[in-house]
Amino acid sequence: MDSEVTPVHTEITLVVNGTEHRLRVDTRASLLDTLREDLGLTGSKKGCDHGQCGACTVLLDGRRANACLALAVAHDGAEVVTVEGLAEDGRLSAVQEAFIEQDAFQCGYCTPGQLCSATAVLDEAGHGWPSAVTEDLSGDPVLDDAEIRERMSGNLCRCGAYTGIVKAVREASLKTRTEATKA
Amino acid sequence: MTDRLESRDKVTGAARYAYEYPLEDPAYAAAVQATIAKGEITAVDAEAALKIPGVLTVLSCENAPHLHDVPDRELALFQSRTVAYRGQFVAAVVAETLDIAREAARHVRITYVSEPHDVRLSADHPGLYKPDKVNPAFPADTEQGDPEAAYNDSAVRVDATYTTPAEHNNPMEPHTTAAQWNDDGTLTLYDSTQGSSPTRDTIAQVFGLEKTHVRVIAPHVGGGFGSKGTPRPNVVLAAMAAGAVRRPVKFAVPRQQMFATTGYRTPTIQRFRLGADADGTLNAIVHEVFEQSSTVTEFAEQTATPTRVVYRAGNRRTSHRLARLDVPTPSWMRAPGETPGMFALESAMDELAFAAGVDPVELRILNDTDREPESGLPFSSRNLVACLREGADRFGWEHRDPEPGARWEGRRLVGMGVAASTYPAYMRPNKATARVDADGRFTVRIAAADIGTGARTALTLIAAEALKADADRVTVEIGDSSLPDATVAGGSAGTASWGTAVVRACESLRGKMNGSVPPGGLEASADTAEEIKARDEYARHAFGAQFTEVEVDADTGEVRVRRMLGVFAAGRIINPKTARSQFIGGMTMGIGMALMEESVMDDRFGDYVNRDLAQYHVPACADVRDIDAAWVEESDPHLNPMGSKGIGEIGIVGAAASVANAVHNATGVRVRDLPITPSRLLPLL
Amino acid sequence: MRPFVYERATSADDALQRHNDGAYYLGGGTNLVDLMRLGVEEPSRLVDVSRLPHGEIELRPDGSLLIGAAVSNSDLAADRTVRESHPVLAQAVLAGASGQIRNLATVGGNLLQRTRCSYFQDADKPCNKRDPGSGCPAREGEHHNLAILGHSEACVATHPSDMAVALAALDATVHVQGRDGERAIPIADLHRLPGNEPQRDTNLENGDLITAVEVPPLDIPSRYRKVRERASFAFALVSIAVALDVEGGTVRDVRIALGGVAHKPWRARRAEETLRGAPAIAEEFQRAAEAELDLAEPLRDNAYKVPLARNLIVRTLTELGEQS
Repeated sequence: MDSEVTPVHTEITLVVNGTEHRLRVDTRASLLDTLREDLGLTGSKKGCDHGQCGACTVLLDGRRANACLALAVAHDGAEVVTVEGLAEDGRLSAVQEAFIEQDAFQCGYCTPGQLCSATAVLDEAGHGWPSAVTEDLSGDPVLDDAEIRERMSGNLCRCGAYTGIVKAVREASLKTRTEATKA
Repeated sequence: MTDRLESRDKVTGAARYAYEYPLEDPAYAAAVQATIAKGEITAVDAEAALKIPGVLTVLSCENAPHLHDVPDRELALFQSRTVAYRGQFVAAVVAETLDIAREAARHVRITYVSEPHDVRLSADHPGLYKPDKVNPAFPADTEQGDPEAAYNDSAVRVDATYTTPAEHNNPMEPHTTAAQWNDDGTLTLYDSTQGSSPTRDTIAQVFGLEKTHVRVIAPHVGGGFGSKGTPRPNVVLAAMAAGAVRRPVKFAVPRQQMFATTGYRTPTIQRFRLGADADGTLNAIVHEVFEQSSTVTEFAEQTATPTRVVYRAGNRRTSHRLARLDVPTPSWMRAPGETPGMFALESAMDELAFAAGVDPVELRILNDTDREPESGLPFSSRNLVACLREGADRFGWEHRDPEPGARWEGRRLVGMGVAASTYPAYMRPNKATARVDADGRFTVRIAAADIGTGARTALTLIAAEALKADADRVTVEIGDSSLPDATVAGGSAGTASWGTAVVRACESLRGKMNGSVPPGGLEASADTAEEIKARDEYARHAFGAQFTEVEVDADTGEVRVRRMLGVFAAGRIINPKTARSQFIGGMTMGIGMALMEESVMDDRFGDYVNRDLAQYHVPACADVRDIDAAWVEESDPHLNPMGSKGIGEIGIVGAAASVANAVHNATGVRVRDLPITPSRLLPLL
Repeated sequence: MRPFVYERATSADDALQRHNDGAYYLGGGTNLVDLMRLGVEEPSRLVDVSRLPHGEIELRPDGSLLIGAAVSNSDLAADRTVRESHPVLAQAVLAGASGQIRNLATVGGNLLQRTRCSYFQDADKPCNKRDPGSGCPAREGEHHNLAILGHSEACVATHPSDMAVALAALDATVHVQGRDGERAIPIADLHRLPGNEPQRDTNLENGDLITAVEVPPLDIPSRYRKVRERASFAFALVSIAVALDVEGGTVRDVRIALGGVAHKPWRARRAEETLRGAPAIAEEFQRAAEAELDLAEPLRDNAYKVPLARNLIVRTLTELGEQS
C-alpha cells in the first residue's frame, strides 16, 4: 500500500520570469501550485484546477497554457512567464495599460490569466494563426472584435468585463502594431 | 472617470487574495463530502488516510471540537452525525501539501445509514408552507382588492407559469480561507468574504471568542455575487483545522465542491396572472411563487417582492411557498428575489403586450405609478418611464417588427425585446473614521469590501468630495475587520451605506480642523445608525429598462445576443467608469441566466451533477458582442448625502426577460422555462 | 491524485519499454491530468511521450498528410499547408477547447481523450465505464448532451473530440507502434461503440503508442460546423464534418461525420450512400439526413439532437453545394 500513497519527488529546473529555480517537486504538483506555493508567485490564479476557466494561464515556452493542467515535472527546463513578468523594469506592457484604460476587470481574479492570454493572442495573430471564426483560412486573419472575442474565450470572467477586455485587446493590438511599424 | 485605485496591483499580480498571504509553515486542508443525501454517519475510518506520509490529521464528527450554535446551521461543521444533503462536508484532511491532502481525502472511509430523500421541488409538493418572512424581512404574502374577481372580469388575461432553475454564483475565486491561531489565542482569517465585520462576528460566535479576538482580512476578493455574503463552512473548516494542527491552514473549496457548499439561487416555479383592460391598463396582478430551502436552515428568496413595486393595479396578490428539501441551503445570488421574480413579471408583461396588441414599451409606461402600489408610499424618485423612452430611442426600438417570427436574415431569425428592472435602494448603519495628519494627508477607515465593485475607488471619491480635498491626498482603508464596523457588500447597499458613514466622518473631521492641523493630526468618527432610523418614509428603488436584440439560428436553436442596452435611473453615479462595468457585468450575467445557466439536480442521488465550469456554462467572451449601459440623470434628496442608489445588482434584474422577450419576437416561441438552450428551443421552432 | 512515477521517453521503443501495467502515456495532459485530479484515472506511472520525435507535419507528393502524434493542436490548426489542403481539419481543431488548451494538447492525446459524461467524471457515483458492472445512471439521469446513436444499455457517453470527427470524415489512418511492431488502423476502427465493454474507448492494446495520423488527399470542398450551448469554449451538442463534390448538379462524392452524438465520431455512411449519384438538391440532402437519423435512439432528454443533426447535415451540404 505504501508505494501507492507515498509521494514521489523529483528535481526540476524552471526559468520563471527570467530567473532560474531548482526545485524538488511532487510528481503530482501542477505548474500552477508550484508557482504559487513553492515560488510564491501568486499572480497566476486557481479558479477551477481543470482547464475550464483560464485564470491560471501563463506563457509556457512562449505560448499560453493552463498552468493547472501542466504537471511541473513534465516541464522540466521550461521557460515560464507569469503576470508578474509582463511588465519590464516596472513599465507596464501595452496590454496591461489597456486593461486599466478600458476597465477590463472588476474583481481582478481572472485578470492575470486574461493578460497572459491577451499577450499571446497578439503574438498568435502576428504569426497568422487562424481561429474558429476566421472565414478565410488561407490568408492572415485580421484581429477584429469577433476574432478577439473568440480567441479570448478560454478565459472566463464572471464579473462580466468582456466588453472592456475586447476593447483593451483591440487597443493593445493597434498600439503594438503602430510601435512595430515605427521600429 | 477614475481608474480603479488598485488597478496596478491587479494587472501586475501584486493584489493578494485569501490563499496568497505568506504564512509560516502552512498546512493544507481538503474536504470529504457526503455521498448520501439523507441519513446518519455510522463510522468514520480515517486509518488509511492517516497512514499516508504527510497527513497531519483527519477531522470529522468523531473528533471535531465543540462549536457554538449560530443561526446558520450550515456552520455547525462536523457537529452531528446527521447528513442533510449530498455533498455536505463530513470530514477534512489536513496535510503538508495540497496534493497529499486531496489524495488522503479519498482514503477516508465513511459509512452511513441512509434514509429516503426528497430533493425535487414542485408546485404541489406536500411540504409547501408559508414562511414567516422572506429574505431579508418582507411578508411572505400580500393582497389588496379582489384579484380573482378582477382577473376574471378583465378583457385581456395572461395566465402563465415560468420556471427558473437552480443557478450557482460561481465567482472566479473559489471560497477560500487561510486561518491562523496566534499565540495569544486570537484568530486571524484571510478570507474571501463580502463582509469582514459580519464574518468576524459570526466566526467569533462559532468558536466562542470575543469579537476582538478574531480578525478577518480581505482587501481583495475575487467576486462573490452574494455567495460570499455570509461565511460558508469553508471558514469554519479552515479555522478548526488550524486549531487542530497548531499551524496556519489554507483551504480553497474546489470548484466541484462549491456546487454543494457555497450557496446558490433556489429554483423557482412562478405562476403569473395578469388581467387588463383592452388598452392594457392592469386591473389584477397575481404572482404565486414556489421555491426551496434545505432542512438545515430556512432561506426564503423574496421572489415576488418586485411585483409589489413596479406596476399599478387595484387588485393584487403575491405569495411565497417554500419546500424544505434534502438539498444544500440556497442563498443570495445577485439580486435575489428581483432576478427570478422580474424574469417572470416582465415575461408576463410581454405576453400581455402581445395579447393586447400594445407596444411593450408603451404598456409599461401606461402602467407606471407615482406611488409604490402596495405600500402607498411616494417614491423618493422613480424614472422608469425616462429609462424606457431613452432606451427605446437609443436602441432603435422603432425598427422592431411587432409581428413575431417575421425578420429573417439568411437562416437566422432576428428579434428585439424589452424588460424593466428594479432594485431597492437599501441603506444600513455603518461606522467610519477620518483622520488628517500633519502633512495634510487624509486616511479614511471602514471595514468595507471591494469584491470588484469599485468600492475602494468610489469611497475615495466620496471622501475627497466631503473633505474638499484632491483624491490623491486621500487614502481609504477597507477590507479588514480591525477597521470600523461595516455591513456586507450586498443588497447593492455598499456605496450608499459605507459612503454615508464616510461622508459623516469626513464632515466631522472638517468641523474639527478649523484650517489647521496639529502635529499629532486629528481624527473624527461617525456612526450612521441614528441617521438611518430618522429617515423619512419613502419607497426607495432604482429602476431601469433593458433592450436586447437576438438572432436565433432556425436550424440549430442557437440564440446569440447581438446587442443589449440598459438604461438605468440609479441616483447619482459616483464613478462612471466603474459604474458602467457594474451595469454591463450584471447584464452579462443576465445573458448567462437567459441562455445557459442551469444546475441540474439528479433526484436519485440528490446533488447537482453538472458541477464544473465545463458543464455549468457561464458566458464566455464570444457570447458578449455589444452591451452598453447608460443612465438618466437623477437627483434624489431622500437617499443619502451622495444621492446614490445601488448599482451592483440592477443590471441583471431585467436582462433575462429582455432576452427571452427578444427570442419570442424573433421566433414566435415563448420559452417560459430558463435557460433557452437549443434543447428547449429547437423542438419548438 | 494517486502518486505516480514520471518518466520521459526518448524514443517510441523506449516508451513501449517503460510502459507497464498501470502506466499511461502522457501527451499534453489536458484530459488525463483533469481525470487524475478527479480520481477517475489512477496511473501509477506516466510515460511522457510529448517530446518524442513525432512533431512534424508532412505534406506528401500525393497530397496526403502525415501528422506526428506529438504535434500540438495549435500547430496543426495553424499549419498553412493543412489550412489549404484540409480546411475541415483545421476548422475542427480550432472549434475545440481554448487557445491555451490547444497549445498543450497533442494530436495523439486528442484522439485518446476519454468520452464525456457527468457520472463518469464523478468518482462517487456508479459508472460502467469507470467501474464495470456498477450501472449507468446517465440513461435515466442527466443526459441532455449524451448519445443518440450507437449507445448501449451499459453506456450513453459521447466522444468529445472535434478533430477526430474531421479525421473520421477524411478516412484518416492511425499509425500505432505496439508490442508486436507497427500497424495502421483506419480511424473508423480506432474508437469503439460502448456495447457491453464501455470501459474500452478504443481498440488499442495495452502499451500501444500512436505515432502519427495519415490523412488522404482532399481535393473537394469541406467544412466543419459545431453547435454548442455557448458561443465558444464548450463541447459540441452536435458537430459535423462534411466534404462534398458536386459535378453537373450531381453528388459525385460525399463524406459526412457527426460529433457529439455517439461514443465515437459517427460516420454517416447511410446518408452518404443515399447521396452518391443523387441530385445535389435540398430534398435529397433531407432524405439522406433522414436515412441516417432513422438509426437514432434518443433518450428521454436528448431527442432534440435528432432534428439538430438532421438540420446540420442539410444546412452544411446546402452551403457546400453552393460553394462547389
